[in-house]
Amino acid sequence: MTEKKDIKVKKVAIICAKGTIEDVYAALVMANGAVMEGMEAKVFFTFFGLDAITKKYMNKLHTATVGNPAMRMPGGLPFPTLLGLIPGVEAGVSAMMRSQMDKLDIPPVEEFLDMITAGGGEIYACKLAVDMFKLEKKDLTDHVIDIITIGEFYNMAGGEGSQIIFT
Amino acid sequence: MAQKTYAGVTLEVTEDGYLVDSTKWNEEIAKEIAKEEGIELTDKHFAVLKYIRENQAGLTIRKVGKSGIVDIKGFYDLFPGGPLKLSSKIAGINKPTSCV
Repeated sequence: MTEKKDIKVKKVAIICAKGTIEDVYAALVMANGAVMEGMEAKVFFTFFGLDAITKKYMNKLHTATVGNPAMRMPGGLPFPTLLGLIPGVEAGVSAMMRSQMDKLDIPPVEEFLDMITAGGGEIYACKLAVDMFKLEKKDLTDHVIDIITIGEFYNMAGGEGSQIIFT
Repeated sequence: MAQKTYAGVTLEVTEDGYLVDSTKWNEEIAKEIAKEEGIELTDKHFAVLKYIRENQAGLTIRKVGKSGIVDIKGFYDLFPGGPLKLSSKIAGINKPTSCV
């Protein structure tokens, strides 16, 4: 094996722009995984990702049952897109996903944010998206440190061993 | 497999420094592993280590946080820079495999 001098990851800046269960949890798992390893983690929620930090929606995220080719029935059969159109199916599938995650000790969004911030992780909301969705600070969970621009977020994301991740 | 001597006992350890045989663990060994990690163990630490040793299977930070012994913030304060890994190492159990 050749000797390589890798710079260890010390900080991750994660941008979450989508609001489905899987997109939000990808961001949360990565942020939590970073603080668990003793790294700094900062998460910037923008566009539909804002649902994950909006009090009204954060614990009721959904997954797409239409236009999601990776969706399968329990047992592995493909999930017919037309079935996903039936009212209630998406809610049922989403609830099932949440309960499956709970079994793996993956917490609901709000509790996950508690865990991340307890470990020193920082949560930010995108100013542009907050304005666009006509939200205010009071609509967002208390985990949010501030509503900032992407430029301000970049300025916090620098330093040796820093990585910016977009989900 | 590497070997290390803690509290006068030579023990098999993994590449990452976790004890191979957790039954060989004792509190003196814990203190010396902790010292290597820059942690001075208190009674609170030992209460957490006891919980961790008794609940090794499927251990997660969330479970420790719900143990009633320490909350998650407190867990990070006790074992700064990677509480689940550090506490597992000091508790003499296997390296945790959980992502949460």
